Amino acid sequence: MKPKKKSVGARIGKAAVYALLSLWTLIVLFPFYWMVLTSFKSYSSYNAEFVPRFFVTDPTLANYGNAFSSVPLGRYFLNTLIFTAATTAIMLIVTVLAAFAFSRLEFAGKNIVFALFLSLMMIPNELVIITNFVTITNWDMRNTFLGLILPSVTSVFYIYLLKENFEQIPDELYKAAKVDGTSDFKYLVRVMLPICRPTLVTVTILKVIECWNSYVWPRLITDDKSYFLVSNGIQEIRENGFGRENIPAMMAAVVVISLPLIVLFLIFRSRIMAGVMRGGTKK
Amino acid sequence: MFKKKNLKAWLYLTPALLFLAVFMIYPLLDVVVYSFEEGYNSASQSYSGVGGFNFSYVLRDPYFLQALKNTFVIVLITVPVSTGLALLVALGLNSIGPLKKMFQTIYFLPYVTNTLAVGLVFMILFKKTAYSEGLVNLLLKLFGSPGVDFIDGPWWAKILVVCIYTVWIVMPFKVLILTSALASVDETYYKAARVDGTSKPRIFFRITLPMISPMLFYLIITGFIGAFKAYSDEVALFGTDLNAAGMNTIVGYVYDMLYGDSGGYPSFAAAAALILFAIVFTITCINLLVSRKHVYY
Amino acid sequence: MKIVLEHLTKIFKNLDKRIKEPVIAVSDFTFEIPDGSLIGLLGPSGCGKSTTLNLISGLEEPTEGRIYFGDKDVTDLPPEKRGVGLVFQNYALYPHMTVLENIMFPLGNLRGEDRLTKEEMRDRAVHAAELVQIEGLLERRPAEMSGGQQQRVAIARALVKSPEVLLLDEPLSNLDARLRLQTREEIRRIQRATGITTIFVTHDQEEAMSISDLIVVMKDGAVHQIAKPQDVYDDPVNLFVAKFLGTPQINVFSGEIRDGKLMIGPEAVFAVSGAEDRPVTVAVRPEGFLPAADGALSCELKRVEVMGRDTSVVFSHPALDAVQGRAIVDASLTRDLEPGAVRFSLRPEKTHLFDAESGERIRCRLTRKEEEHV
Repeated sequence: MKPKKKSVGARIGKAAVYALLSLWTLIVLFPFYWMVLTSFKSYSSYNAEFVPRFFVTDPTLANYGNAFSSVPLGRYFLNTLIFTAATTAIMLIVTVLAAFAFSRLEFAGKNIVFALFLSLMMIPNELVIITNFVTITNWDMRNTFLGLILPSVTSVFYIYLLKENFEQIPDELYKAAKVDGTSDFKYLVRVMLPICRPTLVTVTILKVIECWNSYVWPRLITDDKSYFLVSNGIQEIRENGFGRENIPAMMAAVVVISLPLIVLFLIFRSRIMAGVMRGGTKK
Repeated sequence: MFKKKNLKAWLYLTPALLFLAVFMIYPLLDVVVYSFEEGYNSASQSYSGVGGFNFSYVLRDPYFLQALKNTFVIVLITVPVSTGLALLVALGLNSIGPLKKMFQTIYFLPYVTNTLAVGLVFMILFKKTAYSEGLVNLLLKLFGSPGVDFIDGPWWAKILVVCIYTVWIVMPFKVLILTSALASVDETYYKAARVDGTSKPRIFFRITLPMISPMLFYLIITGFIGAFKAYSDEVALFGTDLNAAGMNTIVGYVYDMLYGDSGGYPSFAAAAALILFAIVFTITCINLLVSRKHVYY
Repeated sequence: MKIVLEHLTKIFKNLDKRIKEPVIAVSDFTFEIPDGSLIGLLGPSGCGKSTTLNLISGLEEPTEGRIYFGDKDVTDLPPEKRGVGLVFQNYALYPHMTVLENIMFPLGNLRGEDRLTKEEMRDRAVHAAELVQIEGLLERRPAEMSGGQQQRVAIARALVKSPEVLLLDEPLSNLDARLRLQTREEIRRIQRATGITTIFVTHDQEEAMSISDLIVVMKDGAVHQIAKPQDVYDDPVNLFVAKFLGTPQINVFSGEIRDGKLMIGPEAVFAVSGAEDRPVTVAVRPEGFLPAADGALSCELKRVEVMGRDTSVVFSHPALDAVQGRAIVDASLTRDLEPGAVRFSLRPEKTHLFDAESGERIRCRLTRKEEEHV
């Protein structure tokens, strides 16, 4: 009798858990649903709905056309793409070289320099951004890609992550390569990088997400619309874009901006989540 | 041979050192210098004296005090709420078998979305317009409440939206960390406890919680740091002129002092940034002290 | 190519910074390795055998001493200029490359006039693969192969540049027992086929004994004995070597030479000539015991373990340095043995005397009492 009673209780518990999880799913997904839904409503039908409808009777793609034609969304997109690609590429080169020096090479003062690197991880961006803003302004790099990219390429955390990963490669591989006369650089490129590819991919994706969503620095350093990234673009659209009230068109722009990262996430989801778990607190 | 080895290593380090020196180490020193230069003029790049005036100005500036208040309210509400909620969701996730992967994937989605973009969606959900009350207000009316304009209305309504949006944004990271922390608790502890007839609440408080306490404290500490730096969530909801909306945060104040219509005062910005850093540093130290007492490792 | 080591010494700083005392990994190693021979460096872990190998390969620089390959001083040459092939315990294969790519990798480093065309590289890699009989696996990746196959690939990779010297660091330790037997035969065969002077490091005495031309026994950085495998076993220079080689281990008694007789406890087991009276350590190989009613040594028999052709007789004796000793005896001689008192007569050629303090061998002639009577 007793075990049966327990199983009923357990079943109710299970149901409660699933109810809770479903509720949170709803809360997470609803904004996405609303944004897609609204983007397919026509301007007039959206404004005619005093009580907004949860479905769309005659979907229209007009908003998407609008998003690209009446504001330079394509331009913002291209800028973000250039910024993201360049920043990530330069960051990878700088980071890989430094991580290699720390993990594989011996030099005087290595431990002290590495400790200094680590202590830099604790410095909040907000503290250094003031001077960087002045520096870039003095260098006449406002409204240039260089000005956007340069202060964004350093990442002490990724150097640390890669160094840890490099150190997991057995010493014997390096010794074997040395006996065969492989240069350090060739060993790095031909052996270490291919072996550490998963970590490199993780670092790349995390940096791409960071770049794609970056807002503060681009906002400070660009006021010329032709150098806006998508985040600044969306803010610009919101404040001056289609006229304040064309919400369906705004939502179309939001969908377009969000889509690349969502697709990237769905493809690499386990890798992204594992990467974030290893300390990707930065957002 | 030895010298050559050294040289080569430094060569590999040069790019990183160069970038760090110019964009991190130098600015770090420079921000302190700025904060003590009184009457700095960014056009002529000259200053009239050295002293603590920048700090006292910032601390008396009503905009800064408003930002300080907003930031503290956001921190004190969102950190406990999001951490508790995340723990609840993570416990739920860990107790189920089927659909766990799917739920996890969905819950992580907000992490990869553009804060500014989704903030716009939250805005239209909460906003009252000439055409519509907004979805949230319609829901409130169902329960007999008169509704309120969350975006242009009273302060408490605005801060409430900010908190809701902030929690929505920070949940993915916390759920992810806590789910993996819970999953990594060794199954044998639970088996042993069940054999001893330990009740479920007792298992949770005496086994589960202590076992995940390092991760929990890590989340609380990073949560505090993150929440103190709140800025883009507010911009997403209320636009760039946060002072006008009465919704500015400390970080927002720093940027406003630096650039934009109210900008051109890097000294004030530097002082405000250092005050923020001091607050965050103090809170983190307190957190670490508390955690040392309570973390079971 | 003969290899000459002259006063080779390697001293490391202690990794534990609180200890100032440096670590002497290899101390004053002098030895000439004959051309085309297979040498086993044998010793317990931490004895400096791997460091010796690293010094010969050039991965580490000696603190003192010189290394010659043939007549050429290679002490200051970097590894790639020495013409050595190196094989590691964990194979150190590049996990992201196929077998063929792994074997070809060293050839890709050749520059200038040594540079080979793609076809030449491939030919040489395939040739090396044939030598170790893995030519059917060229497109596999390391993770898709057994440990034995991976070790063959590692050997092929070490051989592809036709090195003058082949160095193997614990080449068999990661293999299971069956593969270990097979692979060590294989190493012997390849070494014979190529005639390359080969040095391999191992902590496993059976491995060293079975395939080496010469064994170098090391401990704490010092060389204890260099000899042919059988000689190391039959004629150890000190107690460490005697105890390190042989399974089951040699039985060690404390004894004494008194009035020209070797005493273990109250019993005289041998007549001794050529050594003065002194306390000694007596070490007797397990096969040196013969159960005999009139044997000189009386022990307490614990049990008899049947091993087939032989039996292992477990006994105890107050003078023994361990709780129990072990004798290996022909099964026909142990049929009637029961737990309790048992007498053994000892075989003089299996009994070695060592200085009780230093452990150095005491060279002398032992004769049984009964032989004396004759």
